Amino acid sequence: MLSLRAPLPSEHLDTLGRRPSVAAPAGARARGPCSSFVSSARLGRSFAAATDVAPREGEWELGGLPAGLRRDAMPRHVAVIMDGNARWARRRGLPTAAGHEAGVRSLRELIGLCCEWGIGVLTVFAFSSDNWVRPKAEIELLMGLFERVIKMELEKFMREGVKICLIGDSLKLPKSLQKLFADAEEMTRSNSRFQLIVAVSYSGKHDIVQACKTIARKVKDGHLELEDISERMIEQELETSCSEFPCPDLLIRTSGELRLSNFMLWQLAYAELFFAPALWPDFGKAELIEALLSYQQRQRRYGARVS
Amino acid sequence: MFMCMFLKCLEFGGHVCTNWLNLLVEHIMQHGSSSSSKFMGTICGFLRKCLFKALSAGPIPSHIAFIMDGNRRYAKRRNLAEGDGHRAGFSSLMTILGYCYDLGIQHTTVYAFSIDNFKRRPDEVQCLMDLMVEKIEELLKTGSVLDQYGIRIYFIGNLKLLNENVQIAAEKAMKATASNNKAVLLICVAYTSRDEIVHAIERSCEQKLDEANAFAGNEEIKVMTGQLDELEVPTSPSNCGVKRVKGMEMKNGNFKHVEQGSHQEKSDDIEKKHKYPFIKLVDIEKNMYMAVAPDPDIVIRSSGETRLSNFLLWQTAYCPLYTPDALWPDMGLWHLVWAVLSFQRSYSYLQKKKKQL
Repeated sequence: MLSLRAPLPSEHLDTLGRRPSVAAPAGARARGPCSSFVSSARLGRSFAAATDVAPREGEWELGGLPAGLRRDAMPRHVAVIMDGNARWARRRGLPTAAGHEAGVRSLRELIGLCCEWGIGVLTVFAFSSDNWVRPKAEIELLMGLFERVIKMELEKFMREGVKICLIGDSLKLPKSLQKLFADAEEMTRSNSRFQLIVAVSYSGKHDIVQACKTIARKVKDGHLELEDISERMIEQELETSCSEFPCPDLLIRTSGELRLSNFMLWQLAYAELFFAPALWPDFGKAELIEALLSYQQRQRRYGARVS
Repeated sequence: MFMCMFLKCLEFGGHVCTNWLNLLVEHIMQHGSSSSSKFMGTICGFLRKCLFKALSAGPIPSHIAFIMDGNRRYAKRRNLAEGDGHRAGFSSLMTILGYCYDLGIQHTTVYAFSIDNFKRRPDEVQCLMDLMVEKIEELLKTGSVLDQYGIRIYFIGNLKLLNENVQIAAEKAMKATASNNKAVLLICVAYTSRDEIVHAIERSCEQKLDEANAFAGNEEIKVMTGQLDELEVPTSPSNCGVKRVKGMEMKNGNFKHVEQGSHQEKSDDIEKKHKYPFIKLVDIEKNMYMAVAPDPDIVIRSSGETRLSNFLLWQTAYCPLYTPDALWPDMGLWHLVWAVLSFQRSYSYLQKKKKQL
């Protein structure tokens, strides 16, 4: 029988053999001028410009990039399938709960790095609609973990200007978690520095079906003609319309699995896919750098020719 | 970890052997006598049959999809004309198809031309369209690979976007092979997955609209939703006359009174209770162009690019993607074998997942 545990202190995690991160290059965390925040035109008007917002005193301040990464080629939107928590725990002879707790630590680090490196949107696949078949104890553990993490991080999100959005069939979640997510979304609605989209009880196919149902009702009610149905219209009805940049530029899946597992099927049409061999709790700064370097070396043609 | 290293060694070793064998065969074909080249061909064919026999001891995928990327880069590296790269790509396709069907893979899908590819230079687009018509005509000749393997062809995509001559050739090929039933080849042309989904949604909405109109036109429903005050009921079984009675519904052959609440609040409950034709996932699936085949078990994209480029997004929700570095014209037996071995390695895990869903 699994039980909730308090989060493991970080020194315990290190002694459990989690891969150490690459030491940050000198000056990487130096507080540069805020004007560097707007040097990337790709961030768009949703995100604070240097002239709009006073310099921040937060932990996740925009900083320099590791060697080799170019700011003008950073992806706007990164999506992550956080796979491997249970395997990580099994390899260490720990209960699954420990794997999920370690996974939370990786997520915290990833959010911080995205903020520092100017990535505007991060979508994380926290719980699939297919995961409801897992043992009840594990589901309860995960729901409890989500509640605990949101409660713990909400203040920080407010301080750091993080906007949180939930996508997925929230009606299947415990009522307390539904309310917590709704409150968190409401409280962070006007934050504009960074957007965290959390996919819980989410299915890429059902996202498309619910968009289709909305469109069908509009047709039935006479607000829309059949021939007016377009790709743009469908995109506007998908759950990711909560973001100005709904389609990820880069998808990272950890643990070496080479598939999308019904995640953001429409939205990932042109995303660069990076399959990292590391298990999610072992995915840290070094692994993110590797994914971003791979992304920046790719030539994105969208079907056309690049001379 | 050990398995990964073993498979990597196998891949490397197999790659080296296949390259060596290919070079040897090529050399003998060019310089050797016809009897020695025939002998080499026989040996290679025999070795391939043995390999396929060994692979068949495990599960074989029933459907592989290919993103044929790299023809132009292949031509550029060899200082060939762009069109020659596409021709080399076609030869590679025929070879790979032969391997697939010899191995017992029943369905093969290829991404031949995306809607996005219309953005290319007009002369390249025209060259590809001409090549398509030429190759379709070749395939329809007696004794071609279609006859050899009993392949039924489907052209998948928004075919109305193609030139008329390509549409005609495609229709001709689909008609000519309609009675073949040993294997299936799906050629995605003027295709993107998003366009396919839009089409499926349009068709689903159209079908459901017809059903919904029939539902709303049902007089019982109209009474219940307050749209109609009275329902026509027969006065007696022997009497053909009818009279209109307020607030009635028929259930199990009997008439009973119903309450007429507010139009909207009752509508939703009544729709759910009386099985209003809401759109479901199965409706969209059955209207996809790809509904003629099961979902792929593997997607292979050549040339090392790791993205789907708007190909089979719906159908590959749970499907692994393999991305060998070889350009499409360089794709060979070993890449296919590697993909099948990887499929076999994760087969039992994926089957377990499928059963859970």
